[in-house]
Amino acid sequence: MLELKNISYTAEDEHDIIKDISLKIDGGFTAITGPNGGGKSTLAKIIAGIITPTKGQIILDGEDITGLSITERAHKGISFAFQQPVRFKGITVRDLLTLASGKTIDFNGACAILSEVGLCARDYINREVNASLSGGELKRIEIAMIIARGTKLSLFDEPEAGIDLWSFNSLIKVFEKMHEKINGSIVIISHQERILKTADRIIVLSNGEITADGTQEDVYPELFMEIGSGTCVKLEEGGVR
Amino acid sequence: MDAMQLNLLKEIADIHGTPEGAYNIRSNGQSVGRNSTANITIESKTDKPGINIIIAPGTKNESVHIPVIISETGLTDLVYNDFFIGEDSNVVIVAGCGIHNCGDLDSGHDGIHTFHIGKNAHVKYIEKHYGEGDGNGENIMNPTTVVELEEGAYMEMETTQIKGIDSTNRITKGTCADNSTFIVKEKLMTHGHQFARTDFTVELNGEDSHADVVSRSVARDDSRQEFSSNILGNNKCNGHSECDAIIMDRAVVAADPKLTAASVEASLIHEAAIGKIAGEQLIKLMTLGLTEEEAEEQIVNGFLK
Repeated sequence: MLELKNISYTAEDEHDIIKDISLKIDGGFTAITGPNGGGKSTLAKIIAGIITPTKGQIILDGEDITGLSITERAHKGISFAFQQPVRFKGITVRDLLTLASGKTIDFNGACAILSEVGLCARDYINREVNASLSGGELKRIEIAMIIARGTKLSLFDEPEAGIDLWSFNSLIKVFEKMHEKINGSIVIISHQERILKTADRIIVLSNGEITADGTQEDVYPELFMEIGSGTCVKLEEGGVR
Repeated sequence: MDAMQLNLLKEIADIHGTPEGAYNIRSNGQSVGRNSTANITIESKTDKPGINIIIAPGTKNESVHIPVIISETGLTDLVYNDFFIGEDSNVVIVAGCGIHNCGDLDSGHDGIHTFHIGKNAHVKYIEKHYGEGDGNGENIMNPTTVVELEEGAYMEMETTQIKGIDSTNRITKGTCADNSTFIVKEKLMTHGHQFARTDFTVELNGEDSHADVVSRSVARDDSRQEFSSNILGNNKCNGHSECDAIIMDRAVVAADPKLTAASVEASLIHEAAIGKIAGEQLIKLMTLGLTEEEAEEQIVNGFLK
């Protein structure tokens, strides 16, 4: 179980990005949504250890991991898929899957993982993760790495960002499938209604605070109200309406 | 040959014992093993140190190994190797130099390789430079490669210098006739106080000739690298050069690329990039469980693979 206790983060320009957030995530599929600049990505980076919170504690299965490095948290079972996947010259898909899983991946192993994200191992296993791959391909490889790790907490930061409509449909299937055979806790930051609809729980993060937290039935009406309430809340086009 | 010399051979030419096919092994300035085959003749030069390698026209799928090893401190070896590659042949040539210097004097190897590549011949040339030894003497290598490609000829040159060479000045010159192709892939890593300079000049003289010069390098510690290239397009041709360097610690990398077009039909492109390892690359690999040092190693190894 992941528990955040009174987490705050103030940026160097003294802007409060995260304001005293406390929450528990214990299994299931949680979606975090809310307006751009609301603090979603920052919160995910705090959990992964990329950003150190100004205040508060992060507890994983009863252990305080607030002071642990990115590497140590990875070993404790936290995985994080970036919003913008990183390119590596000379490093292949197979190399990344091998590093992610911690063991040598043979063709069949790679095939099992890559087919989950709709990629054919034969075409991709020896491809370099460089500029020759499209944004959608990189996103799928990023997700494949999380599947290869198979840890108890998987964080995805806007997996739909930069994905075309056709790829998006197959991406949805990936998460639906992941939801079926859920392994530990899955947390997805997303603006996409179809992803939110797959979630067991939706958390709305706005202006650094949790403004709603519950099932779809609980949260949806509030989402509509916020959108109707004025100019402060603006969701991305194609997002929740 | 002793164990240390065998290890040098393994490092530079991936040879275990006696190589297959044609070969010439040069150790401490002397030829210590040679084999010619029906199609490939290796003979000593009579006017200066070095050998002629003559490959008969139409020779297919044969290989030539010509490694050089130096294990005496204070020895500087100068050698001229001339390759005459017959028309329509298809061969792999593996050269390379390994130095083991335990002494206090500098050891060096200056190899001057000239390739005359006949019409429609296809050559893959692999060259690896490696140094070791715990003495104070420096390991110095100054290879010069001159390549003349006739009509329709193809040469791919892979050159690697990853470890242990304190000072190097590499000069590569190519001239390309009609429909010929010259491809160079250089991989270089320097550390400590090493210095490496590479200089490529390719003249695209023939119609539809093509050159692709790609250098990837990593400069660590206090090492210095200089890259310079000039691609001359004198006809309807296609030339591309690329210099991509990762800089670490207190190293210095200079890139000086040049393109010279003397024909309106010449299409020439250069790309150059020098930069440190991107922070997000390190973070990504750390989220997979690698330490920062392990992540750095992975990125560098991949880059030079």
